[in-house]
Amino acid sequence: MKNKSLVSINDYTREEQLKILDLAAGFEKQPTQSILEGFVIATLFFEPSTRTRLSFESAASRLGAKVIGFSDASSSSVQKGESLRDTIRTVSNYSDIIVMRHPKEGSARFASEVASVPVINAGDGANQHPTQTMLDMYSIRKTQGTLDDLNIAFVGDLKYGRTVHSLVMALCNYNTTFHLVSPEALKLPSSVKIHIKDNKHKYFQYTELAEVIHKVDILYMTRIQKERFSDPMDYEKVKNSCILKNQMLTDAKPNLKIMHPLPRVNEINVDVDDNPKAYYFQQALNGVYVRQALLASILGVK
Amino acid sequence: MKQDENGKELKVSAIENGTVIDHIPCESVFQVIKILSLNDIGDQVLFGTNLESRKMGKKGIIKVSNKFFEPDDVNKIALVAPTATLITIRNFKVAEKKKVEIPDYVEKIAKCFNPNCITNHEKVTTRFTVIDKVELKLRCHYCEKITARDTIWFF
Ligand SMILES: [Zn+2]
Repeated sequence: MKNKSLVSINDYTREEQLKILDLAAGFEKQPTQSILEGFVIATLFFEPSTRTRLSFESAASRLGAKVIGFSDASSSSVQKGESLRDTIRTVSNYSDIIVMRHPKEGSARFASEVASVPVINAGDGANQHPTQTMLDMYSIRKTQGTLDDLNIAFVGDLKYGRTVHSLVMALCNYNTTFHLVSPEALKLPSSVKIHIKDNKHKYFQYTELAEVIHKVDILYMTRIQKERFSDPMDYEKVKNSCILKNQMLTDAKPNLKIMHPLPRVNEINVDVDDNPKAYYFQQALNGVYVRQALLASILGVK
Repeated sequence: MKQDENGKELKVSAIENGTVIDHIPCESVFQVIKILSLNDIGDQVLFGTNLESRKMGKKGIIKVSNKFFEPDDVNKIALVAPTATLITIRNFKVAEKKKVEIPDYVEKIAKCFNPNCITNHEKVTTRFTVIDKVELKLRCHYCEKITARDTIWFF
Protein backbone atom coordinates (compact mmCIF):
# COMPACT_ATOMS: atom_id res chain seq x y z
CA MET A 1 0.00 0.00 0.00
CA LYS A 2 3.00 2.23 -0.52
CA ASN A 3 1.92 5.82 -1.24
CA LYS A 4 -1.77 4.89 -1.16
CA SER A 5 -3.80 7.58 0.58
CA LEU A 6 -6.47 6.50 3.06
CA VAL A 7 -9.39 8.91 2.80
CA SER A 8 -12.44 6.66 2.95
CA ILE A 9 -12.50 3.18 4.43
CA ASN A 10 -13.52 1.79 1.03
CA ASP A 11 -10.26 3.02 -0.51
CA TYR A 12 -8.70 -0.14 0.88
CA THR A 13 -9.88 -3.55 -0.23
CA ARG A 14 -10.79 -6.21 2.26
CA GLU A 15 -7.36 -7.80 1.72
CA GLU A 16 -5.56 -4.49 2.27
CA GLN A 17 -7.57 -3.85 5.44
CA LEU A 18 -6.70 -7.29 6.77
CA LYS A 19 -3.03 -6.73 5.97
CA ILE A 20 -3.10 -3.55 8.10
CA LEU A 21 -4.76 -5.45 10.96
CA ASP A 22 -2.06 -8.14 10.78
CA LEU A 23 0.68 -5.49 10.83
CA ALA A 24 -1.02 -3.79 13.78
CA ALA A 25 -0.93 -7.08 15.71
CA GLY A 26 2.86 -7.06 15.21
CA PHE A 27 3.12 -3.53 16.60
CA GLU A 28 1.02 -4.54 19.60
CA LYS A 29 3.64 -7.18 20.40
CA GLN A 30 6.51 -4.78 19.77
CA PRO A 31 5.36 -1.15 19.78
CA THR A 32 8.78 0.51 19.71
CA GLN A 33 10.71 -0.01 16.47
CA SER A 34 13.02 2.48 14.77
CA ILE A 35 11.72 1.81 11.29
CA LEU A 36 10.60 5.34 10.40
CA GLU A 37 13.79 7.19 11.32
CA GLY A 38 14.41 9.98 8.83
CA PHE A 39 10.73 10.28 7.87
CA VAL A 40 8.76 13.45 8.50
CA ILE A 41 5.06 13.13 9.27
CA ALA A 42 2.85 16.24 9.07
CA THR A 43 -0.20 16.31 11.32
CA LEU A 44 -2.50 19.10 10.12
CA PHE A 45 -5.41 19.55 12.49
CA PHE A 46 -7.64 22.29 11.07
CA GLU A 47 -9.93 21.61 14.01
CA PRO A 48 -8.72 20.35 17.36
CA SER A 49 -8.94 16.66 18.26
CA THR A 50 -6.41 16.01 20.97
CA ARG A 51 -7.23 12.32 21.26
CA THR A 52 -6.72 11.48 17.58
CA ARG A 53 -3.69 13.75 17.18
CA LEU A 54 -1.89 12.29 20.20
CA SER A 55 -2.63 8.76 19.00
CA PHE A 56 -1.01 9.54 15.62
CA GLU A 57 1.92 11.37 17.19
CA SER A 58 2.50 8.54 19.63
CA ALA A 59 2.41 6.05 16.76
CA ALA A 60 4.90 8.14 14.76
CA SER A 61 7.23 8.74 17.71
CA ARG A 62 7.40 5.07 18.69
CA LEU A 63 8.61 4.33 15.16
CA GLY A 64 11.27 7.05 15.25
CA ALA A 65 9.63 9.53 12.84
CA LYS A 66 9.66 13.31 13.27
CA VAL A 67 6.31 15.05 13.55
CA ILE A 68 5.54 18.57 12.30
CA GLY A 69 2.22 20.36 12.01
CA PHE A 70 -0.40 22.30 13.90
CA SER A 71 -3.12 21.36 16.34
CA ASP A 72 -5.78 23.89 15.39
CA ALA A 73 -6.37 26.25 12.50
CA SER A 74 -6.08 29.45 14.54
CA SER A 75 -2.33 28.92 14.90
CA SER A 76 -1.75 28.44 11.19
CA SER A 77 -1.73 30.31 7.92
CA VAL A 78 -5.28 29.09 7.38
CA GLN A 79 -6.42 31.89 9.61
CA LYS A 80 -4.81 34.32 7.21
CA GLY A 81 -7.12 33.00 4.53
CA GLU A 82 -4.83 30.57 2.76
CA SER A 83 -6.70 28.01 0.70
CA LEU A 84 -6.57 24.35 1.62
CA ARG A 85 -5.03 23.69 -1.78
CA ASP A 86 -2.08 26.00 -1.06
CA THR A 87 -1.57 24.73 2.49
CA ILE A 88 -1.47 21.13 1.31
CA ARG A 89 0.89 21.87 -1.60
CA THR A 90 3.26 23.70 0.73
CA VAL A 91 3.25 21.02 3.41
CA SER A 92 3.80 18.35 0.73
CA ASN A 93 7.26 19.88 0.24
CA TYR A 94 8.13 19.48 3.89
CA SER A 95 6.87 16.01 4.69
CA ASP A 96 6.62 12.39 3.54
CA ILE A 97 3.00 11.89 4.55
CA ILE A 98 0.16 14.15 5.68
CA VAL A 99 -2.30 13.26 8.43
CA MET A 100 -5.15 15.74 8.38
CA ARG A 101 -8.35 16.55 10.17
CA HIS A 102 -10.62 19.21 8.74
CA PRO A 103 -14.17 20.39 9.51
CA LYS A 104 -15.34 20.29 5.87
CA GLU A 105 -16.59 17.05 4.33
CA GLY A 106 -14.57 15.96 1.32
CA SER A 107 -11.54 18.03 2.35
CA ALA A 108 -9.34 14.97 2.75
CA ARG A 109 -10.23 13.59 -0.70
CA PHE A 110 -9.44 16.98 -2.20
CA ALA A 111 -6.16 17.16 -0.27
CA SER A 112 -5.16 13.70 -1.50
CA GLU A 113 -5.64 14.97 -5.08
CA VAL A 114 -3.48 18.07 -4.70
CA ALA A 115 -0.79 16.64 -2.40
CA SER A 116 2.37 15.11 -3.84
CA VAL A 117 2.61 12.85 -0.78
CA PRO A 118 0.00 10.38 0.55
CA VAL A 119 -2.75 11.65 2.86
CA ILE A 120 -4.35 9.90 5.82
CA ASN A 121 -7.78 11.27 6.69
CA ALA A 122 -8.08 11.77 10.45
CA GLY A 123 -11.67 12.98 10.12
CA ASP A 124 -13.35 15.21 7.51
CA GLY A 125 -16.40 16.85 9.03
CA ALA A 126 -19.23 14.40 9.43
CA ASN A 127 -17.97 12.22 6.60
CA GLN A 128 -15.17 9.71 7.25
CA HIS A 129 -12.71 8.77 9.96
CA PRO A 130 -11.13 5.63 8.52
CA THR A 131 -8.39 5.14 11.11
CA GLN A 132 -11.09 4.98 13.78
CA THR A 133 -12.82 2.38 11.63
CA MET A 134 -9.63 0.35 11.30
CA LEU A 135 -9.05 0.38 15.05
CA ASP A 136 -12.66 -0.67 15.59
CA MET A 137 -12.17 -3.56 13.18
CA TYR A 138 -8.94 -4.47 14.93
CA SER A 139 -10.74 -4.49 18.28
CA ILE A 140 -13.58 -6.63 16.96
CA ARG A 141 -11.23 -9.16 15.39
CA LYS A 142 -9.03 -9.28 18.45
CA THR A 143 -11.90 -9.94 20.85
CA GLN A 144 -13.94 -12.27 18.62
CA GLY A 145 -11.13 -13.98 16.70
CA THR A 146 -12.82 -13.13 13.38
CA LEU A 147 -14.67 -10.42 11.50
CA ASP A 148 -17.02 -12.84 9.77
CA ASP A 149 -20.49 -14.03 10.81
CA LEU A 150 -20.85 -11.69 13.77
CA ASN A 151 -23.96 -10.07 15.22
CA ILE A 152 -23.10 -6.44 15.81
CA ALA A 153 -25.35 -3.86 17.48
CA PHE A 154 -24.92 -0.14 16.88
CA VAL A 155 -26.55 1.96 19.57
CA GLY A 156 -27.32 5.67 19.90
CA ASP A 157 -27.00 8.39 17.28
CA LEU A 158 -26.87 6.39 14.08
CA LYS A 159 -27.90 9.36 11.95
CA TYR A 160 -24.99 11.73 12.54
CA GLY A 161 -22.38 9.36 13.97
CA ARG A 162 -19.70 9.11 11.28
CA THR A 163 -17.81 6.38 13.18
CA VAL A 164 -20.95 4.28 12.86
CA HIS A 165 -21.32 5.04 9.14
CA SER A 166 -17.74 4.08 8.30
CA LEU A 167 -17.76 0.95 10.44
CA VAL A 168 -21.07 -0.23 8.98
CA MET A 169 -19.64 0.25 5.48
CA ALA A 170 -16.45 -1.62 6.40
CA LEU A 171 -18.34 -4.52 7.98
CA CYS A 172 -20.35 -4.94 4.78
CA ASN A 173 -17.23 -6.71 3.45
CA TYR A 174 -17.78 -9.40 6.09
CA ASN A 175 -20.83 -11.49 6.72
CA THR A 176 -22.27 -9.24 9.42
CA THR A 177 -25.80 -9.18 10.85
CA PHE A 178 -26.58 -5.61 11.86
CA HIS A 179 -28.74 -4.65 14.85
CA LEU A 180 -29.49 -0.94 14.75
CA VAL A 181 -30.73 0.66 17.98
CA SER A 182 -31.64 4.34 17.97
CA PRO A 183 -34.41 6.82 18.67
CA GLU A 184 -36.76 7.17 15.71
CA ALA A 185 -35.27 10.57 14.84
CA LEU A 186 -31.68 9.29 14.74
CA LYS A 187 -31.99 6.19 12.54
CA LEU A 188 -29.22 5.12 10.18
CA PRO A 189 -29.52 7.23 7.00
CA SER A 190 -30.49 5.53 3.76
CA SER A 191 -27.19 6.55 2.16
CA VAL A 192 -25.48 4.15 4.59
CA LYS A 193 -28.22 1.53 4.73
CA ILE A 194 -27.90 1.15 0.96
CA HIS A 195 -24.52 -0.54 1.52
CA ILE A 196 -26.09 -3.14 3.82
CA LYS A 197 -28.84 -3.79 1.28
CA ASP A 198 -26.47 -3.92 -1.70
CA ASN A 199 -24.44 -6.59 0.07
CA LYS A 200 -27.62 -8.48 1.06
CA HIS A 201 -26.79 -8.54 4.75
CA LYS A 202 -29.47 -8.93 7.41
CA TYR A 203 -30.37 -5.93 9.53
CA PHE A 204 -32.88 -5.25 12.27
CA GLN A 205 -33.96 -1.93 13.77
CA TYR A 206 -34.91 -1.27 17.39
CA THR A 207 -35.67 1.67 19.65
CA GLU A 208 -34.86 -0.07 22.96
CA LEU A 209 -31.34 -1.20 23.82
CA ALA A 210 -32.62 -3.91 26.20
CA GLU A 211 -34.14 -5.85 23.26
CA VAL A 212 -30.82 -6.49 21.61
CA ILE A 213 -28.22 -7.20 24.29
CA HIS A 214 -28.63 -11.00 24.48
CA LYS A 215 -28.45 -11.35 20.66
CA VAL A 216 -25.10 -9.82 19.84
CA ASP A 217 -21.33 -10.34 19.95
CA ILE A 218 -20.44 -6.64 19.89
CA LEU A 219 -22.34 -3.73 21.40
CA TYR A 220 -21.07 -0.56 19.74
CA MET A 221 -22.29 2.37 21.84
CA THR A 222 -22.31 6.03 20.73
CA ARG A 223 -23.44 9.16 22.47
CA ILE A 224 -26.64 11.02 21.73
CA GLN A 225 -26.17 14.76 21.69
CA LYS A 226 -28.95 16.90 23.06
CA GLU A 227 -28.34 19.46 20.27
CA ARG A 228 -29.58 16.94 17.71
CA PHE A 229 -33.13 17.37 18.94
CA SER A 230 -35.10 20.45 17.97
CA ASP A 231 -37.42 19.89 20.92
CA PRO A 232 -35.57 19.21 24.22
CA MET A 233 -38.62 17.24 25.39
CA ASP A 234 -37.94 14.66 22.66
CA TYR A 235 -34.44 14.21 24.01
CA GLU A 236 -35.71 13.65 27.54
CA LYS A 237 -38.12 11.02 26.20
CA VAL A 238 -35.52 8.94 24.39
CA LYS A 239 -32.29 9.48 26.30
CA ASN A 240 -32.85 6.53 28.64
CA SER A 241 -33.69 4.04 25.90
CA CYS A 242 -30.06 3.92 24.75
CA ILE A 243 -28.21 3.91 28.10
CA LEU A 244 -26.33 0.79 29.16
CA LYS A 245 -26.25 -0.26 32.82
CA ASN A 246 -24.35 -3.19 34.27
CA GLN A 247 -27.49 -5.04 35.41
CA MET A 248 -28.67 -5.21 31.78
CA LEU A 249 -25.74 -7.48 30.91
CA THR A 250 -26.76 -10.56 32.91
CA ASP A 251 -28.18 -12.43 29.89
CA ALA A 252 -25.45 -11.32 27.48
CA LYS A 253 -23.44 -13.82 25.46
CA PRO A 254 -20.14 -14.78 27.17
CA ASN A 255 -18.12 -13.39 24.26
CA LEU A 256 -19.92 -10.01 24.18
CA LYS A 257 -17.68 -6.96 24.18
CA ILE A 258 -18.81 -3.37 24.63
CA MET A 259 -17.15 -0.77 22.44
CA HIS A 260 -17.39 3.03 22.29
CA PRO A 261 -15.38 5.54 20.21
CA LEU A 262 -15.06 7.81 23.30
CA PRO A 263 -15.47 10.29 24.83
CA ARG A 264 -18.63 9.03 26.47
CA VAL A 265 -21.09 11.15 28.37
CA ASN A 266 -23.68 9.07 30.21
CA GLU A 267 -24.65 6.39 27.68
CA ILE A 268 -22.51 3.79 29.46
CA ASN A 269 -23.01 3.80 33.21
CA VAL A 270 -19.70 3.82 35.14
CA ASP A 271 -20.74 0.57 36.84
CA VAL A 272 -20.10 -1.16 33.48
CA ASP A 273 -16.40 -0.16 33.49
CA ASP A 274 -15.35 -3.01 35.78
CA ASN A 275 -17.29 -5.64 33.85
CA PRO A 276 -14.85 -7.77 31.81
CA LYS A 277 -17.15 -7.16 28.83
CA ALA A 278 -16.19 -3.47 28.81
CA TYR A 279 -13.62 -2.99 26.09
CA TYR A 280 -13.68 0.76 25.29
CA PHE A 281 -10.43 1.72 26.98
CA GLN A 282 -8.39 -1.06 25.33
CA GLN A 283 -10.12 -0.13 22.08
CA ALA A 284 -8.60 3.36 22.22
CA LEU A 285 -5.13 1.94 22.85
CA ASN A 286 -5.47 -0.28 19.77
CA GLY A 287 -5.62 2.95 17.76
CA VAL A 288 -1.89 3.49 18.22
CA TYR A 289 -1.01 0.06 16.77
CA VAL A 290 -3.32 0.50 13.81
CA ARG A 291 -1.89 3.96 13.07
CA GLN A 292 1.64 2.54 13.32
CA ALA A 293 0.65 -0.10 10.80
CA LEU A 294 -0.83 2.50 8.44
CA LEU A 295 2.17 4.84 8.64
CA ALA A 296 4.66 2.01 8.11
CA SER A 297 2.67 0.51 5.26
CA ILE A 298 1.95 3.75 3.37
CA LEU A 299 5.56 4.91 3.78
CA GLY A 300 6.61 1.60 2.27
CA VAL A 301 8.72 0.15 5.09
CA LYS A 302 6.32 -2.72 5.92
CA MET B 1 -50.04 25.13 -39.31
CA LYS B 2 -46.88 23.62 -40.66
CA GLN B 3 -46.35 19.90 -40.55
CA ASP B 4 -43.17 18.14 -39.48
CA GLU B 5 -41.66 15.17 -41.34
CA ASN B 6 -44.03 12.72 -39.68
CA GLY B 7 -46.96 14.82 -40.73
CA LYS B 8 -47.58 15.97 -37.19
CA GLU B 9 -48.72 19.51 -36.59
CA LEU B 10 -46.06 21.76 -35.16
CA LYS B 11 -47.68 23.79 -32.44
CA VAL B 12 -44.56 25.89 -32.01
CA SER B 13 -43.29 27.39 -35.21
CA ALA B 14 -40.20 26.15 -37.00
CA ILE B 15 -36.68 27.55 -36.72
CA GLU B 16 -34.11 27.92 -39.46
CA ASN B 17 -30.98 26.90 -37.55
CA GLY B 18 -30.66 25.78 -33.98
CA THR B 19 -31.81 23.10 -31.60
CA VAL B 20 -35.20 21.75 -30.66
CA ILE B 21 -35.45 20.12 -27.26
CA ASP B 22 -38.48 17.86 -27.58
CA HIS B 23 -40.27 15.46 -25.22
CA ILE B 24 -39.52 17.47 -22.09
CA PRO B 25 -41.67 16.49 -19.11
CA CYS B 26 -44.06 19.46 -18.70
CA GLU B 27 -42.97 20.14 -15.14
CA SER B 28 -39.33 20.49 -16.27
CA VAL B 29 -39.73 23.03 -19.09
CA PHE B 30 -38.99 26.08 -16.98
CA GLN B 31 -36.15 24.31 -15.22
CA VAL B 32 -34.53 23.48 -18.57
CA ILE B 33 -34.82 27.14 -19.58
CA LYS B 34 -33.18 28.12 -16.32
CA ILE B 35 -30.28 25.65 -16.29
CA LEU B 36 -29.38 26.54 -19.89
CA SER B 37 -29.70 30.26 -19.07
CA LEU B 38 -32.01 30.68 -22.05
CA ASN B 39 -33.49 33.76 -20.39
CA ASP B 40 -30.14 35.38 -20.98
CA ILE B 41 -29.37 34.88 -24.67
CA GLY B 42 -29.89 37.20 -27.59
CA ASP B 43 -31.37 34.67 -29.99
CA GLN B 44 -34.96 33.61 -30.46
CA VAL B 45 -36.32 31.11 -27.93
CA LEU B 46 -39.74 29.51 -28.38
CA PHE B 47 -41.31 27.16 -25.94
CA GLY B 48 -44.51 25.30 -25.38
CA THR B 49 -45.84 23.15 -22.59
CA ASN B 50 -48.82 20.84 -22.05
CA LEU B 51 -48.66 19.93 -25.74
CA GLU B 52 -50.19 16.66 -26.81
CA SER B 53 -47.76 13.80 -27.29
CA ARG B 54 -48.44 10.29 -28.45
CA LYS B 55 -45.46 9.00 -26.43
CA MET B 56 -45.92 10.96 -23.22
CA GLY B 57 -49.53 12.16 -23.08
CA LYS B 58 -48.38 15.72 -22.51
CA LYS B 59 -44.98 17.18 -23.21
CA GLY B 60 -42.99 20.35 -23.36
CA ILE B 61 -40.82 21.63 -26.18
CA ILE B 62 -38.16 24.35 -26.47
CA LYS B 63 -36.70 25.72 -29.70
CA VAL B 64 -33.55 27.80 -29.60
CA SER B 65 -32.32 29.55 -32.73
CA ASN B 66 -28.62 29.49 -33.61
CA LYS B 67 -27.69 27.42 -30.59
CA PHE B 68 -26.01 24.00 -30.65
CA PHE B 69 -25.48 22.63 -27.17
CA GLU B 70 -22.12 21.51 -25.78
CA PRO B 71 -21.87 18.11 -24.02
CA ASP B 72 -22.04 19.77 -20.58
CA ASP B 73 -25.34 21.39 -21.48
CA VAL B 74 -26.67 18.15 -22.95
CA ASN B 75 -25.82 16.39 -19.66
CA LYS B 76 -27.65 19.08 -17.72
CA ILE B 77 -30.71 18.57 -19.91
CA ALA B 78 -30.50 14.79 -19.35
CA LEU B 79 -30.43 15.27 -15.58
CA VAL B 80 -33.58 17.41 -15.39
CA ALA B 81 -35.43 16.09 -18.47
CA PRO B 82 -34.28 12.48 -19.01
CA THR B 83 -36.99 11.83 -21.65
CA ALA B 84 -35.86 14.71 -23.86
CA THR B 85 -34.87 14.40 -27.51
CA LEU B 86 -32.40 16.85 -29.03
CA ILE B 87 -33.06 17.78 -32.65
CA THR B 88 -30.42 19.74 -34.50
CA ILE B 89 -31.95 21.92 -37.23
CA ARG B 90 -29.96 23.27 -40.15
CA ASN B 91 -31.72 25.13 -42.93
CA PHE B 92 -35.17 24.22 -41.59
CA LYS B 93 -34.21 20.52 -41.89
CA VAL B 94 -33.55 17.94 -39.20
CA ALA B 95 -29.78 17.39 -39.33
CA GLU B 96 -29.57 15.14 -36.27
CA LYS B 97 -31.92 13.66 -33.72
CA LYS B 98 -30.86 11.96 -30.52
CA LYS B 99 -32.26 11.06 -27.12
CA VAL B 100 -30.42 12.53 -24.18
CA GLU B 101 -28.81 10.04 -21.83
CA ILE B 102 -28.08 10.41 -18.13
CA PRO B 103 -24.29 10.00 -17.85
CA ASP B 104 -22.57 7.64 -15.35
CA TYR B 105 -20.41 10.48 -14.07
CA VAL B 106 -21.27 14.14 -13.76
CA GLU B 107 -18.44 16.66 -13.68
CA LYS B 108 -18.43 20.40 -12.97
CA ILE B 109 -22.04 21.15 -14.00
CA ALA B 110 -23.83 20.29 -10.75
CA LYS B 111 -23.46 21.68 -7.25
CA CYS B 112 -23.22 19.44 -4.19
CA PHE B 113 -26.24 20.10 -1.97
CA ASN B 114 -24.20 19.61 1.22
CA PRO B 115 -23.38 23.10 2.56
CA ASN B 116 -20.45 21.67 4.51
CA CYS B 117 -18.89 20.03 1.44
CA ILE B 118 -15.41 21.27 0.53
CA THR B 119 -16.62 21.95 -3.03
CA ASN B 120 -18.82 24.73 -1.65
CA HIS B 121 -15.88 26.38 0.11
CA GLU B 122 -12.85 26.00 -2.16
CA LYS B 123 -12.39 26.19 -5.91
CA VAL B 124 -12.88 22.50 -6.55
CA THR B 125 -14.42 21.01 -9.69
CA THR B 126 -17.42 18.98 -8.53
CA ARG B 127 -17.54 15.29 -9.43
CA PHE B 128 -20.40 12.87 -8.90
CA THR B 129 -21.14 9.23 -9.60
CA VAL B 130 -24.71 8.67 -10.74
CA ILE B 131 -25.88 5.86 -8.47
CA ASP B 132 -29.56 5.87 -9.50
CA LYS B 133 -30.68 7.03 -12.94
CA VAL B 134 -34.40 6.50 -12.33
CA GLU B 135 -34.74 8.37 -9.05
CA LEU B 136 -31.72 10.49 -9.98
CA LYS B 137 -29.23 10.20 -7.17
CA LEU B 138 -25.69 11.55 -7.46
CA ARG B 139 -22.97 10.64 -4.95
CA CYS B 140 -20.44 13.41 -4.40
CA HIS B 141 -16.88 12.24 -5.05
CA TYR B 142 -15.70 14.48 -2.18
CA CYS B 143 -18.17 14.47 0.72
CA GLU B 144 -19.85 11.19 -0.37
CA LYS B 145 -23.30 12.65 0.33
CA ILE B 146 -26.14 12.05 -2.09
CA THR B 147 -27.61 14.90 -4.10
CA ALA B 148 -31.05 13.98 -5.46
CA ARG B 149 -33.49 15.41 -8.00
CA ASP B 150 -35.09 17.73 -5.49
CA THR B 151 -31.78 19.10 -4.20
CA ILE B 152 -29.84 19.43 -7.44
CA TRP B 153 -28.48 22.82 -8.50
CA PHE B 154 -26.41 23.71 -11.52
CA PHE B 155 -23.57 26.13 -12.03
ZN1 LIG C 1 -20.13 17.09 -1.68
